[in-house]
Amino acid sequence: MSPPRAFVGASMTQTGPVLPAVRFASVSRDFGVVKAVDDVSFEIADGEFFAMLGPSGSGKTTCLRLVAGFDQPTAGEVFILGEPVAGVPPYERDVHTVFQDYALFPHMSVADNVAYGLIFRGVAKAERRRRAGEMLEMVKLAGRADARPSQLSGGQRQRVALARALVDHPKVLLLDEPLGALDLKLREQMQVELKAIQRQVGITFVYVTHDQQEALTMADRIAVFNEGRVEQIGTPAEIYERPASAFVAGFVGTSNILSGDAAFGLTGSPEPIAIRPEKIELLAPGASVGDDRVVVEGTVAGVDFLGALVRYAVVLPGGVELSVVEQNRLGDPAQALARQGRAVRLAWQRAHARPLKGLA
Amino acid sequence: MRSRDARAPLGLRLAAGAGLLFLWLPLALIFLYAFTTEEKSYAFPPPGLTLEWFAVAWGRDDIWRAIGLSVRVAAISTAMALVLGTLAAAAIHRARFFGREAITLMIILPIALPGVLTGIALRAALSLADLPFSFWTIVVGHATFCVVVVYNNVLARFRRTASSLIEASMDLGADGFQTFRRIVLPSIATALLAGGMLAFALSFDEVIVTTFTAGQQQTLPIWMLTELVRPRQRPVTNVVAVFVIAVTFLPILGAYYLTRDTHDIAGGGK
Amino acid sequence: MTAATASLGPPSLARRASTALYRRPVLALALLLMPPVLWLGIVYLGSLFALLVQSFFSIDPFSGLVVHSFTLATYGELFTPANLDIIIRTTVMAAVVTLTTGAIAFPIAYYMARYASPRTKALFYLGVMLPLWSSYLVRVYAWKLILAKEGILTWLFGEAGLTWLLDGILALPVVGGPSLSVSYIGTYVVFVYIWLPYMILPIEAAVERVPISMIEASGDLGAPPGATFRRVILPLAFPGVVAGSIFTFSLTLGDYIIPGIIGASKFFIGQAVYQHQGTAGNIPLAAAFSVVPILVMAGYLSLARRLGAFDAL
Repeated sequence: MSPPRAFVGASMTQTGPVLPAVRFASVSRDFGVVKAVDDVSFEIADGEFFAMLGPSGSGKTTCLRLVAGFDQPTAGEVFILGEPVAGVPPYERDVHTVFQDYALFPHMSVADNVAYGLIFRGVAKAERRRRAGEMLEMVKLAGRADARPSQLSGGQRQRVALARALVDHPKVLLLDEPLGALDLKLREQMQVELKAIQRQVGITFVYVTHDQQEALTMADRIAVFNEGRVEQIGTPAEIYERPASAFVAGFVGTSNILSGDAAFGLTGSPEPIAIRPEKIELLAPGASVGDDRVVVEGTVAGVDFLGALVRYAVVLPGGVELSVVEQNRLGDPAQALARQGRAVRLAWQRAHARPLKGLA
Repeated sequence: MRSRDARAPLGLRLAAGAGLLFLWLPLALIFLYAFTTEEKSYAFPPPGLTLEWFAVAWGRDDIWRAIGLSVRVAAISTAMALVLGTLAAAAIHRARFFGREAITLMIILPIALPGVLTGIALRAALSLADLPFSFWTIVVGHATFCVVVVYNNVLARFRRTASSLIEASMDLGADGFQTFRRIVLPSIATALLAGGMLAFALSFDEVIVTTFTAGQQQTLPIWMLTELVRPRQRPVTNVVAVFVIAVTFLPILGAYYLTRDTHDIAGGGK
Repeated sequence: MTAATASLGPPSLARRASTALYRRPVLALALLLMPPVLWLGIVYLGSLFALLVQSFFSIDPFSGLVVHSFTLATYGELFTPANLDIIIRTTVMAAVVTLTTGAIAFPIAYYMARYASPRTKALFYLGVMLPLWSSYLVRVYAWKLILAKEGILTWLFGEAGLTWLLDGILALPVVGGPSLSVSYIGTYVVFVYIWLPYMILPIEAAVERVPISMIEASGDLGAPPGATFRRVILPLAFPGVVAGSIFTFSLTLGDYIIPGIIGASKFFIGQAVYQHQGTAGNIPLAAAFSVVPILVMAGYLSLARRLGAFDAL
């Protein structure tokens, strides 16, 4: 496989300070009374893999479309590499999109699809064909250049869409939930490949997804969206271990969320806290525990065998229920299931209980 | 909602088959009558079979003039309907706007209201404006009701085409006009063809509105109507009838095959 | 123009126009709509308006010229016994034709939707569509051949020894006549034949839309096939019947060619319209006559809407 031509991040050719690839400045997008995007501001660094994560309707796709140029903000400004793009149509922006349904042109061959964007850059036919071929090699579809999109599988179409969007080296690549239609194994494989391609070409990727596993796996930084606002931006580790709000704590991974009263009984302080199930240790009643830990007693109300993990629902005195997750180190799941109804002791490090602002 | 295992009761099958036969027998009979040797009446069974009437029809100048006029009218009306119908379908598909339902109704009305109404309305307008009958008065009438045929086909195709294709094209560097030429047009090409063929057939066959807007001229259907009321050579009329069936069958079949994979079969209700 | 496209030189006129339209979607929409709306608005709606205006004019009985002043006298003329006759005759025929077409179309449509294999269904579709779109005049003409005194029907009746039956039918008062092609029965048969496809297609669409799960559920709950048909399928298919009836009713009300070719000499509304605007030049009366089908259909349509037919279109 021949190496692709060198992709250079745009900021590296400038002599001034490094510009962010994309910048949102107090951007809002209203649809009548509905605020799809509500006063959002953030920056995406050049060359990074940036994920926009959130449930349906949280505004992440709308923000993507604002960058692509399919929509205009009702307030605020969007900048691409320092230039404001208000009123600039999509065909004038050096930004390309990989669509959720791939949007391959059905009446053209794979090679013609990939070469499409080069037509409008004034590239001659022979050169177009050559560069399309290069791109197809990079996404490992070299043999299918003359096939029609309808003859390809979902995974293959996805790669064609990617090749098509990358062939003329855009400054930013936007991806709108591109792996949603693939089955789990294929999805996981594509996640690894996409990440590798991004590293290889060095282009800024802006990746929209509702799957937090995907975001955690692939992104350099994640923006968590909820109801049109950005709740938190940070690295995967930051988002996961130090969620800034109850929503983030609940949406990214699972959390046990304890309200003020429940927390008071356990920690002595009335502040609501979140604690991840895997951070809680399941011990025999009366087992010894270090000083830096919080200890509670409870009864196992339910056991779920999840393959690599075992999940317990433990009820504490007072009615609070905690979810605890353990690695499956048992030889026989029956051992875990036998714990049902038994008394247990739970312990976790004090530092692992995250205080939550803005939650009842 | 096809019943999976039940077979239709015999009575139903017979009734359905009989109904279909009922629709086709008259056409088959016309075909037979084109070969009859008898000139004066509609006698059945035909006393003999001959091809001579085909030769006679070939020699009749008035028939050729009528065919020529019908073809010219249909061609131009179809061209106008293609443009107007596509523009309207694009607008309706693109956006929800105030008056959208009203415009849809206005497009459908020429075919929804009885033809005599459209005919006399045009006639009334012509007399009010003191305009003489001409080739263009015929075309105006035909184009008006052909628009809806193209509109239906193109709109159905627009609805079936993913909007992301247009966005993808613009995203990759094509402006609106380039996207239309390279992406939109190929995707509606067969719908345009089907709509055009249906419009042609509709115009070629039309007589109700045409009699009000044609003045002295004769399109082929008007010729046939005149022959029906005051026949000159009956079997020649039969020959022309067979010819008309053939000419309109082909576009209809073509349009059907072009749009057969859509739910909205070309034309659907007329 | 961004750094990306700078290498291509200044944007072409087309591209600048495209961008201008992209920034003003309302203008783009208006440009799309203008030609068809202007055309239909001026040519079609304008003509209809002109017609309506003319119906409020009258014709001077002496000069034969149209008097351009508002009057209801022309509408009043509709209520003369002769004209009322025409209106009633046409409406009755429309009703009878509608009922018959519905009865004949239903089994065909039902079979198509419920039992036909995909290939058979395609065959039936073509079988219904081709006659529908093929020449109207040719099909009417075919019936003139069939119904003629020397035509195939008479011959068939003769071969079957049923000539007495034919003569009996022709002897019926009002609807009979010297031959089938010059009688109301003939007109009626031809109407039914020509409008049949218009009735089949909406019914087929409506029956098709009844989910198979509903029929199976009905059987599952203990209903015999006849009851399932009466209580589940028929009510759900009814809007399709009403939709088809709109076509047959409306088309019969306005038609002037079929009664002219195959029928008695008494007029139908369409013929009255044609005659008055022709040599008589009495456009106001023709206009008034043509308003009648509109009013009848408006009433029929509001009734149909209440019965849910518009969902079946």
